Amino acid sequence: MSSDTLGGPARAFAGRVLQFAISIFALIAVTFTIGRLLPTDPVGAIVGELASPEAYAAMRERLGLDQPVIWQFVSYLRDLVHGDLGFAAMTGRPVLDDLKIAFPATLELATLAIIISFILGVPLGLAAAFNRDTWIDHIARIISLVGHSIPVFWFGIVGLVVFYAWLQIAGGPGRVDVFYEGLVPPVTGMILIDSLLAGETAIFWNAVSHIILPASMLAYAAMAYITRMTRAFTLEQLNQDYVVAARAKGAGQARILMHHILPNITVQLVTILAISYGGLLEGAVVTEIVFSWPGLGQYMTSALLIGDMNAVVACTMVIGLMFMTLNFLSDIAYAFLDPRTGEG
Amino acid sequence: MQDTFPLKTPTQTRMSGAGMALRRFYSDLRREPLGHAGFIVIMILILAAVFAPLLAPYPAARQSLGEALQSPSAQHWLGTDEFGRDILSRLIWGAQITMRTVLSVSAIVGPVGLMIGITAGYFGGRTDAILMRFTDVVLSFPSLVLALAFAAALGAGLNTAIIAISLTAWPPIARLARAEALVVRNTDYVAAARIYGASHLRLLLLYIAPMCVPSVVVRLTLNMATITLTAASLGFLGLGAQPPMPEWGAMISAGRRFMLDQWWVAVMPGFAILITSLAFNVLGDAMRDILDPRHTRG
Repeated sequence: MSSDTLGGPARAFAGRVLQFAISIFALIAVTFTIGRLLPTDPVGAIVGELASPEAYAAMRERLGLDQPVIWQFVSYLRDLVHGDLGFAAMTGRPVLDDLKIAFPATLELATLAIIISFILGVPLGLAAAFNRDTWIDHIARIISLVGHSIPVFWFGIVGLVVFYAWLQIAGGPGRVDVFYEGLVPPVTGMILIDSLLAGETAIFWNAVSHIILPASMLAYAAMAYITRMTRAFTLEQLNQDYVVAARAKGAGQARILMHHILPNITVQLVTILAISYGGLLEGAVVTEIVFSWPGLGQYMTSALLIGDMNAVVACTMVIGLMFMTLNFLSDIAYAFLDPRTGEG
Repeated sequence: MQDTFPLKTPTQTRMSGAGMALRRFYSDLRREPLGHAGFIVIMILILAAVFAPLLAPYPAARQSLGEALQSPSAQHWLGTDEFGRDILSRLIWGAQITMRTVLSVSAIVGPVGLMIGITAGYFGGRTDAILMRFTDVVLSFPSLVLALAFAAALGAGLNTAIIAISLTAWPPIARLARAEALVVRNTDYVAAARIYGASHLRLLLLYIAPMCVPSVVVRLTLNMATITLTAASLGFLGLGAQPPMPEWGAMISAGRRFMLDQWWVAVMPGFAILITSLAFNVLGDAMRDILDPRHTRG
């Protein structure tokens, strides 16, 4: 099949898939390199300092470190395909098993955060655009500027001090109060869903009181971005002739918003949804530390500090994969949902 | 668009008018209240970093266990930490670390991004495709997580943090420089210089690069906000500057243990980070409005 039988959109699609595949391969190569860059000696870490040269050599062989680098890379790839991410020295369990517990916790936090940031960010951005250069616009601008500049981990600490220690209206660190810990059988790994499935409403509300603070704190940076983008998209539409025409025909603000603006900015909002979600996964890494949230971020940083590279590499891989997939979906959504961007 | 470009080479124009351009830039900046405020804050931070020995009321490492964990007072404006060290003094000394990180990363990613971008834009074709594909790949990485992993692999420390941040911070600069170079390479003065026999290297360095510098500087200024935040995150996670260095992120991390009772230990350094990053953001926004009239304030 020659390339000119493919239409423009199909070719653009193929190009994006190729770019995505290259990115994934690069991610694998980079994580492999990071795993090997570590200055400490992985063999020494296992056998100890007093091991005989024979035991050292045997372990080196067992880990495959006596092989050429390219062969090590191939076996790294093979293990990946089989879902074998190695053992975590930290927990003494396969990294994959640890990730199965940590990942849903992060996903739960980031998902709630993206919902909060959209619920707040989109209306704020719309309000700012419809009331350009009024006090509403200025407030939206300040909120979004601060959101772009605030260290998310510090914001979490301030939130804990104010809402947990002073006002005592939010649950503290962790996913539930200590005496609820481990009472709900894990089905999805997300405690909000699991507690509802088990019919434990008391635990559900306790979990809500715990997740609401970290999720809101984490949501702020994403909300800042969503507000700014929504405002820009809306302003762009408001200046279009069709809106001017609708106004001239006597359409009110509400009608213009519902019938003209929203349908036209939906695709753009979907693309930034994907991008923000990727950003939130990253932000979750530091937020989890502050709130003792047992997710990927906490798992990764504990592994970082003791040099447990299998766990670090696996986390980088999982977060990177999610991040890239979301960006890819955002690209695809932008290119193919919006009839105006007929590419090629 | 094209006839607005100067007939002299941009390098000559820049040499003769650099002082005047700067003065004009500053008078434009003064008309942007937010941007001007950001500029003043950055100047204060730079002065604080340079004159920290004179300005800080106490040495950064001066411990005084009898004064540990005191709330803000006349002696210690922002209170003291668990070793009785004066938090204000440590923040002033910490400005040195922040400024060093921000300037080092910018000094690395600015030229690297600029060169990759203009090379891709100037040569076009296969060179462009390869360089930009590479750029897009790095751009698609989650930068904080990657910086974390690099910092972990290379060993924690300030220099590692600088390298780790630089590794992921250059792609936006490269993309921007490429876009500028694509426009500049088709201008008459570049064509004229080419006819006179200027080499590729000469064209790139003396004719194309200078025209891309203003927008790269704007982008770098906006990037400085992100660099400040990433560096603080690495410090907070224990992978940046190591204690007892008064790095702001590390100070927050140390103060976290006391956050419920002695909140100021963790909260004060956060204000320093927030103000710095905010200042870079508003200054960058104002610079973009001034230097790039095409980008009207949205």
